[in-house]
Amino acid sequence: MISHSVKVIFKKELKNYFSSPLGYVFLTIFIFAIGYVTFEPGRGSFFQMRQSDLSAFFKYVPWLFIILVPAVSMKLWAEEKKSGTIELLLTLPVTVTEAVLGKFLAAWAFLAIALICTFPLVLTVAYLGNPDLGVIFIGYIASFLLAGSFLAIGNFFSALTKNQVVSFILSVVFCYLFFMAGSPPTLEFLSSFSPKYVVNLFESLSVLDHFSSMSAGLIALGDLWFYAVLITGWVFGSIVLLTDKKQA
Amino acid sequence: MIKVNQLAKNYGPIKAVNNLTFSAKKGDVLGFLGPNGAGKSTTMKILTGFISPSHGDATVCGLSVEDYPIEVKSKIGYMPENAPLYDDMTVLDFLSFIADLREIPKAAITHKIQEVLDLCALNGVKHQTIETLSKGFKRRLSLAQALIHDPEVLILDEPTDGLDPNQKHDVRELIKKLSHNKCIILSTHILEEVESVCNRAIIISNGEKKFDGTPEELKNKSSEHKLDDVFRAITTGESVQGVNL
Repeated sequence: MISHSVKVIFKKELKNYFSSPLGYVFLTIFIFAIGYVTFEPGRGSFFQMRQSDLSAFFKYVPWLFIILVPAVSMKLWAEEKKSGTIELLLTLPVTVTEAVLGKFLAAWAFLAIALICTFPLVLTVAYLGNPDLGVIFIGYIASFLLAGSFLAIGNFFSALTKNQVVSFILSVVFCYLFFMAGSPPTLEFLSSFSPKYVVNLFESLSVLDHFSSMSAGLIALGDLWFYAVLITGWVFGSIVLLTDKKQA
Repeated sequence: MIKVNQLAKNYGPIKAVNNLTFSAKKGDVLGFLGPNGAGKSTTMKILTGFISPSHGDATVCGLSVEDYPIEVKSKIGYMPENAPLYDDMTVLDFLSFIADLREIPKAAITHKIQEVLDLCALNGVKHQTIETLSKGFKRRLSLAQALIHDPEVLILDEPTDGLDPNQKHDVRELIKKLSHNKCIILSTHILEEVESVCNRAIIISNGEKKFDGTPEELKNKSSEHKLDDVFRAITTGESVQGVNL
């Protein structure tokens, strides 16, 4: 199903993360930051809870991703457009869909690597107590899907502009909106003037809800569908955008 | 091998290319001339499938660029304007990426890369990252990636722009060497280039074709055989002394 071109682009892009400082800077910052916030000695932190699980970790993963995933995705297409290499890439025998998938999957794989690099935290809780590894595993799956969703949003905004900063800011804002759509303050605000079904719609669109139930170890088909639709929708949007540019 | 039929491309109210018709066959080196903004690059971008025409069509090797984009792209070698390249890759990595995307069999890739490295005199820099290369090397690398799959059609957008006189000479010699079994279209501002490498010249201005013939015919329009004068007369519409259109 995955074509030769997708594989070639995937390989090139993934390799690129590790041949430039971007990959190492990202991994270092992500691992330090997530380690710090997980063990941070404040309220609701790992040590206060006195439980050997990673709920503190999964609580902070989305917040780091809101900033860090757009930092990875901002260059995906904006840089190609700025430097003109998009003309080189899209005049090779490659379809827009293949190019988008290759780049998107490579960035997603890179984020998966970043998540895998947090394994010492799992070892730590396993050493300290007797955690439910199943819950932790599902939490990681949820984090991976969340990364994919934010990446799909970021990829779309990168395809929209040739300016990486604009792409970054728009992506952060939209990731935040999607994440917070179902939070109590948003819903309260909405219900003050809109009908119930609008409120329900926002609630069901919220990445936060789907993420927190999964990171608590509950795996529901609805959640998986939610991520699948979200990712496919935004990726498809970027394909349409790039194809449309051709006709402009 | 290339047929362009009543091609037009509009950007809003601006007509970048307007009703352009021409064809080129195997063995042709077609020089595309015109002032900046005349529509040369736009035409090349349509031929290579990077943008779609507003009207008309173009076929390459009998295939419509709109209906068979992938097939057409695999028959063309294209060097875009300003030679955009992936700056953070090394020359070798970049060429093997292109070769791999062009579906050159694994066993032949090393051999093919060596061939274009020799052809474009890039052996000395093959391990360097592209961003460290000089302009001349970048141009030649862009040409190398266009040649790696031995395409039937070669489209070069200002291939000698920014090169020093020796490099210009080398690129022209290379184009001549390649021309016998390919169809080559190149755009340029440099009129002597047309004389030295092309067997045909097309002048476009404001998106329209103003001249189609041999460089010899073009030159003969001036009593003093000055290409510059003829070019100015054709593209500006002014009367220039000694030029009889």
